Amino acid sequence: MRPSAQTWLKRAALEVQEYVRLTGAAIQGAVTPPVYRHDLVEQLDAIGVASLTVVLLVGFFTGAVLALQSGLTLDQFGARPVVGRLVSASMIKELGPVLTGLMLTGRVGSGIAAELGSMVVTDQVNALRALGTDPVRKLVVPRVVAAVVMAPMLTVVADLVGIVGGWIVARFQLQVASGLYWSSILQALYMEDVWMGLIKPFVLGFVIVTIACHVGLRTTGGTQGVGRSTTMAVVAGSVSVIAVDFFLTRLLISLMY
Amino acid sequence: MAVEIRETPDTASVHAILNATGAPVVMFDQVSLAFDDKVVLQDITFALISGHTKIILGASGSGKSTILKIILGLLPADSGAVWVNGSRVDQMSERELMAVRAELGMVFQEGALFDSLTVRENVGYKLYEESRMPIDEADRRVQQVLGFVGLEEYTHRMPSELSGGQRRRVAIARAMAARPKILLYDEATTGLDPITATTVDDEIIKLRDLENVSSIVVTHQLRDAFYIATHAAIRDNGVVRVVPATEKKAREAEFIMLREGRIAFEGNADQLRESHDDYLRTFLS
Repeated sequence: MRPSAQTWLKRAALEVQEYVRLTGAAIQGAVTPPVYRHDLVEQLDAIGVASLTVVLLVGFFTGAVLALQSGLTLDQFGARPVVGRLVSASMIKELGPVLTGLMLTGRVGSGIAAELGSMVVTDQVNALRALGTDPVRKLVVPRVVAAVVMAPMLTVVADLVGIVGGWIVARFQLQVASGLYWSSILQALYMEDVWMGLIKPFVLGFVIVTIACHVGLRTTGGTQGVGRSTTMAVVAGSVSVIAVDFFLTRLLISLMY
Repeated sequence: MAVEIRETPDTASVHAILNATGAPVVMFDQVSLAFDDKVVLQDITFALISGHTKIILGASGSGKSTILKIILGLLPADSGAVWVNGSRVDQMSERELMAVRAELGMVFQEGALFDSLTVRENVGYKLYEESRMPIDEADRRVQQVLGFVGLEEYTHRMPSELSGGQRRRVAIARAMAARPKILLYDEATTGLDPITATTVDDEIIKLRDLENVSSIVVTHQLRDAFYIATHAAIRDNGVVRVVPATEKKAREAEFIMLREGRIAFEGNADQLRESHDDYLRTFLS
């Protein structure tokens, strides 16, 4: 039987309330003791270092294809030499943060939801509480801190390899001189763009991991529920990345430009 | 207009009771809980005396495990009062509950061992992560409790490398590592073969009789319930043996039978066996 609109609204309001409560507890846990340092180091490795390969590949090919596509368009205006400007601006301001966010949602968000969901359905989270540990401090805080630290770093890496990918295409496919490519990047690069490119992944990393933790910790229904939570974490995380990116861009433009 | 006043235990009177000999360490006073329209517990009242065992029997879904979760503060009761070691846990925040949980240990269904930690890390979790105990001392305690459950050689194994019975025994070792005064067992022998179940029962008996741990055993395995109630652990020339209990000792183990969230029976093993209630007879047959 499908739930009524009233029931659906109640559930949605409850989810939002619980999400806000979790993010509040996570922020409080990040700035007050106890801190589980070992778990934090583990998560910095799991979220940051382990995501490097996928971010390198996605960043490189995105920059390369961006150069290819924009080269065609710029040819119509005889502006092929400014391809570097277009690649760098797109990568740093928009594609780097968003694609890194989406990759983290797929790789990290799904993993967190599945791991925490499994812990919930096998009573491991209750066991933690019974042993005197706050699950938010032990499980959520290290993941959130690791994500907000590593997401900007991964984004910088994605931006750099994307620009290098664009340079390879510009140099060998579009026959744009290397000096022209790099100088056009430097000419078009403003500090506001760099800030925008760094603030976005900071916020996106927080959103992705808090959503995944929230979904994981509210898992019910055994292994089937774990599957549902994993899917929900990826879907909700991906949509949130795009939506938050839009609103954040709007806010940053009004504040910085 | 007549006003009906129901007396509820206040903090002072409960402390007075708790300081007396044979004091209760866990008290439920008319506790009720419902999930939406489904009543899980209805007016549950009982007390666990220090050093005794309370065995909670009942069919699946009768609310047995819920009682343990309420004692630990993992689930809040809708109404009634719950006292653990003199603290009223049903009114406490999560932070306040941490102090109460320090005196409690729980063996979950299937063990609930942490998959990513070794046996040593699981057993010593509370000592390594939540206490200031020096590592050497914590290691010694871990070896000691693993020795108690006969698994001292499994220190570096992962939970996935253990059999079902070994997992339950590691869970018991984890629950007892921090020397709790009260141990809660949630279906500790369910799904185990009779021989392995008996080894787990023996650990429960040894903890009760040799370490003076009060225990609440939730189970629907009658064989294990009666075995725990009617046996005692003794030290015989330094060797621990589990032997049939004296009549006085056997009477200390009290049974509660739950039926659809209500207490259908409360008494000792003999009274349970002699009951003429149709439901109890069906359950015992």
